[in-house]
Order: sequence, then C-alpha cells, then structure tokens
Amino acid sequence: MEQLQLSLTKREMEVIRRELGREPNLVEWGIFEVTWSEHCSYKSSRPVLKVLPTRGERVIIGPGQDAGVVDIGDGLVVVFKIESHNHPSAIDPYNGAATGIGGIIRDVLSMGARPIALLDILRFGPPIKPHSIWLLKNVVKGIADYGNCVGIPTVAGEVEFDESFEKNCLVNVACIGIGKRDRVIPSAAYRPGDLFVLVGGSTGRDGIHGASFASRKLSERSEKDRPAVQIGDPFIKKVLIDATLEALETGYVRGLKDLGGGGLATAISEMTSLGGTGADIDLSKVHLRESGMTPYEIILSESQERMLFIINPKGLDVIKSIFEKYEIPYSIIGKVTSTGRLVARFNGEIVIDLPSKLVANAPVIEREARKPRYIDELRRINPPPEPSDLGDVILKLLASPNIASKEWIYTQYDHEVGIRTVIKPGQGDAAVLRILDKNKAIAVKADANSKHTYLDPFNGAAGSLAEACRNVAAVGAEPLAFTDNANFGSPENPEVFWQFREAFNGLAYMARGLNIPCVGGNVSFYNEDEETGKIVKPSIVVVCVGLINDLNDIRRMALNSPGNYIGIVGYTKRELGGSEYYYWIHNIVGGVPPKANAVEEKKAIDFVLWGIKKGIIVAAHDISNGGLAISSIEMAISGELGFEIFLDKVPSESMRTDELLFSESYARFLIEIPRDKIDIFRSLSQEIGVPASIIGEVTEGRRIIFKHFSKKISLDLDEASDIWHSSLGKSVERN
Amino acid sequence: MFIPTAWKLGELEMNDIRVAVIRFPGSNCDLDTVYVLQRVLGVDARLVWHRDFKDDAWDAVIIPGGFSYGDYLRAGAIAARSPAMKHVREMAKEGKPVLGICNGFQILVESELLPGALLMNSTLKFICKWVTIRTETNRTAFTRSIPRGKLLKIPIAHIQGRYYIDEKSLRELEDNDQIVFRYVNDNGEVVEEANPNGSVSNIAGVCNLEGNVLGLMPHPERASERILSPFGTDHGKLIFESMIDYIRRYL
Repeated sequence: MEQLQLSLTKREMEVIRRELGREPNLVEWGIFEVTWSEHCSYKSSRPVLKVLPTRGERVIIGPGQDAGVVDIGDGLVVVFKIESHNHPSAIDPYNGAATGIGGIIRDVLSMGARPIALLDILRFGPPIKPHSIWLLKNVVKGIADYGNCVGIPTVAGEVEFDESFEKNCLVNVACIGIGKRDRVIPSAAYRPGDLFVLVGGSTGRDGIHGASFASRKLSERSEKDRPAVQIGDPFIKKVLIDATLEALETGYVRGLKDLGGGGLATAISEMTSLGGTGADIDLSKVHLRESGMTPYEIILSESQERMLFIINPKGLDVIKSIFEKYEIPYSIIGKVTSTGRLVARFNGEIVIDLPSKLVANAPVIEREARKPRYIDELRRINPPPEPSDLGDVILKLLASPNIASKEWIYTQYDHEVGIRTVIKPGQGDAAVLRILDKNKAIAVKADANSKHTYLDPFNGAAGSLAEACRNVAAVGAEPLAFTDNANFGSPENPEVFWQFREAFNGLAYMARGLNIPCVGGNVSFYNEDEETGKIVKPSIVVVCVGLINDLNDIRRMALNSPGNYIGIVGYTKRELGGSEYYYWIHNIVGGVPPKANAVEEKKAIDFVLWGIKKGIIVAAHDISNGGLAISSIEMAISGELGFEIFLDKVPSESMRTDELLFSESYARFLIEIPRDKIDIFRSLSQEIGVPASIIGEVTEGRRIIFKHFSKKISLDLDEASDIWHSSLGKSVERN
Repeated sequence: MFIPTAWKLGELEMNDIRVAVIRFPGSNCDLDTVYVLQRVLGVDARLVWHRDFKDDAWDAVIIPGGFSYGDYLRAGAIAARSPAMKHVREMAKEGKPVLGICNGFQILVESELLPGALLMNSTLKFICKWVTIRTETNRTAFTRSIPRGKLLKIPIAHIQGRYYIDEKSLRELEDNDQIVFRYVNDNGEVVEEANPNGSVSNIAGVCNLEGNVLGLMPHPERASERILSPFGTDHGKLIFESMIDYIRRYL
C-alpha cells in the first residue's frame, strides 16, 4: 500500500478491512480513498452540520441529495444548491471556475428541474497584486464563458477582497432551478432491474482524484496537481441539459445523478446506498475518450459533462432516441440489483465487490476544537480617532473594491437570458426572477461576511444568514429556505474546527429564529497555503431563496421621487469591529463585530415585507458593508437623486458621527416612504415593535447631505457615482 | 413602402401566422423567442429542431441567439453550413421574413445572407447591458411599423458583436438603405461612447437588399415586456409587430 500513498488514515483502513473481512484490491482501495475523502464524505463536518434545522412545511427534499427542493405553490418547486470550486480555481482559475458552474448545473438538473439562474460568490486578495488580478480575471472569464454559453443567466453574487484569500481564492457557485412538484427525480436507485445509463461526455483520464486533491492544503506540489483539474465543455452541457429535460418529460427516468467528485464510484454508491439497493456494473461498456484505460481510472475519472440516469427498462428505446436526436453519447453500463453490493466487472472479470453502504458512508471523525488565541487579542482594540474630513472618508470608501460597484464583473455575464430576470445585478438587494405565466417571482441572494466571521464565527455566520434574508426581503420576497457553503482551513487544526463549530451554531441559531430551514450545503476545508501557513478567513456563504406572490410587490433600491421621506428600520449600535470602515480607512481588522439578534432581525424583515404590501415602502435597501453612509448613497446613485439625512434622528446609542455613518449593526434597512404614508409607517412600526424613524428626505438637487447636529457633510452625487461605478474596473485594468 | 419583387400582392389568403424558431445544438434564446411570440404577440410560433426544419410550412423564420455548436471555429460558422440554412435561404428568396438575433445574426452573416462580418468586441470581453439603438430605416419587414429615427431601449449580450465591413461596402450599405439600427446615446446621436463593441459606424443591425432578412446583435425578445426593462419599455415588441404586419399584408 505504501507505494499508493493512500490518504486514508490507519484507522479507516482497519475499518475497511474489518467490514470486508479481507484485503481490498487496488481498485477498491482507490474507491475508498475518494469516497471517504473529506470532500465526498463530510466525515469531519457531519456531526456539526446536524445542528441546522432542515424541516419546514415547504421543504420537499432537504440536505443529502443532489440539491434541495422547496415548494412554491401552483404545483411548482424551486431547486437549489451551492458548491465550492476553491482548490481547482486556485491552480487553474479559468477551468476551475468553469467546471464549478458545470457541476452545480448538473446537481439542479438531476433533481428534474430546469436550471434558471446562477450565482457566484468570490473571494480574492486585494486587486492590486498581479497574482490576485490574474485569479480574478480568469475566474470571471471562466464563469462568463461557461455560463453564457450554456444559456443560464448569472444573476447575482457577492465578492470580497482580503489578504487571506491571496493564494487561496474562494469560488462558490450556486444554481437555482424550477420544476414541477410531481416530477421531482430522486438522486437514488430504488428499483432492482432498472438500468444505469451513463450519458454525456466520454470518460477520460482527467480529474482523477480531484476529490482527494480538494481534501488537501494548497502546496508547491499543487502545481503538479493540475491534471486533477477537469476541463469543461459548456456546449456539450447545453445540449445535455436540453436532452435531459426532454428525457424527463417521458416519465421513464427514475433516478438521476450528477457525476462529480469521485466520478462513477461516488455516484453509484450514493444512489444505491440511498435507495437500499445494489449495482452490477460493466466498466468495459463505458464510452471512453482514450484507449487503454484501467478499471481504476474508469470508475474514478471525474471527466465533466456526464450524468448517470436510472431508467425504467420499458422506456429504454424512447430515452435512447432522445439522446440520439441530440447526438449525445451514452452507454448502458449496468443494472440496479437488490444485493446491496456495488459490483463492477471489467472484461468479464469482477474487479469490485463492495457493500454500497460502506462505500458511501465513511466513519465520522471527531475533531478537536479549541478557541483561537487571536480572537480575544483582535477584539480588544481602542477605537481609532475620528477623521476630520468625513466627506473625504466616504469618497474613499466608495472606491474600496469591497464597496465599489461590481459591474466590471457582472457585465461580463449574460444576466438576461431566459427572460425571467426582473431585478438585475446592481438594481436591488437580490435578483428577482419571474415565474413565466404566473403572477409570481422568486428572489435569490448570496451573502457572507468573512471579516465578521473571523472575529466572531458565531455572530458572523448568523449575520451572514440574516443579511441574505434581509436582502431577499428588501426586494419584496418572503425568505423560504437557504443553502450554505462553508469555507474553512484544515479541520485537523483545532482552532479552525472551533471556528467551524461556532459558525454552525450561529447559523443554526439564526435559522431557528427566522424559522427558515436549510435544504442543503457544502463544506470546503483545507483552504490554506502550506507554504505561508496562511488560512482563509472563515466564510459561511449563504444563499437564500424567497417568494414574491404578486409582481407588484417587487422593490428596487433606487430612490424614486424628490420629497419622499427616507426612513431607517432597526437600531444602530457602536458596532464597527470587522467593518469595512476600520479595514479600508484605518487598516484595522479587529474590534467587536455586530451581535446577531434573531428576534430583531425577524421584526425588521416583517416590517419591510408588510410595509411593501401596504404600499408605504417604494424602495428598500439593507444596511451592511460600509454602514448607513454607503447604503444611502447606493440608493441615491441608483435613482440619480440626492438626499438630506439627519443623523441625530437615527435610533441609536450615543455615538460619534463616524460611528453612526459606518456602524455595521445588523437588522437594519433604509426605506423610501411617500409623504402621505407617514401615519401607516408609524402605526406599523408600533404594531411590530421595531425601532423605525424618518431620518431625511429625497431631494431634487444632485447633492448627498448628512447632518449631525452642527456638523454637515455635503458631497456631489455625480462625483460619488463616478467613483463608485469605476473604481473596481480601473483597479483591475490598471494592474 | 417596400414591396418584395418575388411577391405579388393578394395571392395569399390570410392565415394564422406561423413562425419557426430554429433550435441548433447550443441555441439558448430559442425558448425565450418562442415565449414572446406566443404569449406577448399571439403568434403560432414553434420551436423546430434544425434537422426537422423545412421552408414550406412557415410564414417567417427566426434564428435565435445562443452559441450554436459552441461557437467553435467561428461564431455561427458551423450552423451556417447546416441543411437547415438551405431552407432558410429558400425562404429569404421567396421574400419571407428571416430574422437573426445575436448568434442568429452571426449565422446569417456566415451564410452570406447578410453582408459584413462580426468580430470580437473591441473590449475583448463579453458585454451584457441595455443600450439605445436608433431605427435607421423603416423599409424592412421588421421595422415597417417603427418611425424612422425612433430610439429603442434593448439589451445586448455578446462577445463577438463588432460589426465589420470595408469602407466601399459600407457606402453601398448606406446607399442601399441597408443599415437598420445604430447604437446611439440617449439624445439619439451616433457617438463613440454609445458604441459598446467597436462596430463600424455604430452598426447594430443590417438587412439584405430586399429588406426581408434582418440581423441584429441586440435581443428584441428580451425587451418585449415592460416588466423586464429597467426603463419600463417594450420596444423589442415593435420589431415583431412589424414582422406580423408585413406577413398580414404581403404573405
């Protein structure tokens, strides 16, 4: 075994030998190595993930299958899933990001849904160093070339720049699909006698052991791992989507699964394990890209653009004719059996004979957790002195790549294809996709706050979920469910595992408080650089899906009419730890970040949803990165209208002007209210019991004015707008 | 008014208008186009797999946007050589409306049904955004109900959309009134800042000599419903309405 350099632990190898009662052969060891890798098995994270609530009246399928499925009424379901492609993207950003898109689309498709939107959540080093810009440009190009070609709009996302992501960029991608409730397909093989049909691209040697590669740290050796990065083909994917959707219409498809990490080995073992069945597979039937491939390579290949269908044998001819029409290669590779064993043959010889359940269920590893020392050190800082020219500070913040418009990125993505995108990137807090032929829409948004989570994993993760829900509510949608992607360092490091555990406790707290279930997720560990020892800031990316039951309830962030009031919902505290203001202006990553309070979040969200329904809110925007100052200016830029805001009217602790402007306290919104709706505004805030005040008004002139007692900050809207619009593009193109 | 030479008035009975939207492998605006024709304009539009496409069953044909055959080789190059395009050529010859949107425009150019070429954007990047185009002529089957000079809000989404033609042929296009749309600013002026991709003379769409074949880079099917427009407009619909009007009158 030594020469194979298995990444299985001694204990895991003992378990395998004991359960089998014999020594596995080389192919079998290879299968365990992949399916028992962290990436495929979640062996470290499973006990922690259990804390999340996963049930709800709308949840049709929760975590554990290819994607979560949520009921939106009218016989329709929303299907969604998030996944990370961090490791491949750090080595080969173009192909790594592109194949990330490919994989996530297949996950949604395999539940029987039409993929209708993509989101991507990215983390890089600051866009000043050549390496960071190289990663950024190529990741964006990879997403664009793949997503645009495959005809699924990229409608939203989130980007943050921070030194900890310099070597280890994060590339998380999410896909949203829509399907019929009675046509949801399980990622399982339930009926013995059904056929396994492998459809799509041919199987080659690419990506072998990609899953085990993703379960290691990034090192010098990683360059040599480049063959472990798969190559995608969006054209074949597009045709595969069309053919799959047509095949699903026949009713002969009984199960469907994407081939991702671990290739056929993972797909077959998970489908049969979930269905309580077994499989008899003939590996010599698989259509190959190159000759001379061994059974080991065939069953572990991670070649892209492949799906595994479970077909009712009665419909085989119909299904075959569809794939032939689209000229998609397929091979009938075996049968579902009732043995509970995964048996594979090659040229007539049995090369694998393993219990499905053993292959699909790696034993859990109990990891040690210890609170990192940096946390108390960093939280204990003195607040920096207040700068004298706050107007100048605001303009500087608008240029921060974390705050400036991301249009350099999103104009490279087709966000219109599908003719569903009502709220497009930059127009509102979340993307809104209408449901064709219905007076309904869904809202989707991804959020994460790496700096808050770094300083306080519990509250940072809770805040990330709250922010995603707030964003969905701001466009008029009721949050329905979420999925998450955890991005952390090595779970073998007790300090990282502590961050991980705390973060999930925080996520679970907020999910219960907002009564919103988790329907799936993904965990990416080992996001650290072996050479420098640098670990990424822990990042819990949350994707929230919400429902809008009347298209008239959709809201954007743009200010609408001069004379309208500007109101604030929620209470502002002196919470600047981990803020963009501290980071970008004072070069501090420290302090005490905002504390999450699920009760306050719930009230603020309820207020906004009711306010929209009652017609008192005509524009809404959540307050997050950059605080009240940045949120209000974004509304002004979007609406091309100025405003005057009186900071002394903001419900808050007693605070300095800079603290009022830039605090990132959670559970807050800015809203625009028509003058004649002021009474309803007041009574609604009393009824719900949420602090809400009128703090200013929309003005005709192109000035942005903040007043705080005798202090006045006055900025030119056009100047602010120009800085906000152009800064990121300039930074990327210049360097 | 433009009357195609291949057609005499009054020979055809009024029928339900039947429009084919061809799906090549890799087309991705096909369903959007069918949806708009059916639901917004009430036309009997059908999605037709490229190998099943025959010219005789249809009043008009639309080649939708996307990445036919993955745009390997050159955008539109492979689809242009497909048997389906023989039938499209037949329809063009008969004077029936033929519309190519985005990748469809690229296919029509590659098929030499339209002059010029579509090159990589001058920014070398894919661009997805709403632009303003000016209607340069209303003598075509697709602009006959649009006043000349009318500004339309419409999105583009392409990486190979830079229209190119040599100077002599450009003059011919102008002389023959074959330039149908130009990218302009909000005041309707042809200026460099309004040119998103570096197209010659800000050209966004051209037609054949007869005016029944139109290719354009912007997507009218994405601009035909107010709910989808950041400006609350539905200008894309005007192009399809012109086509319907043309079919009603002449086919």
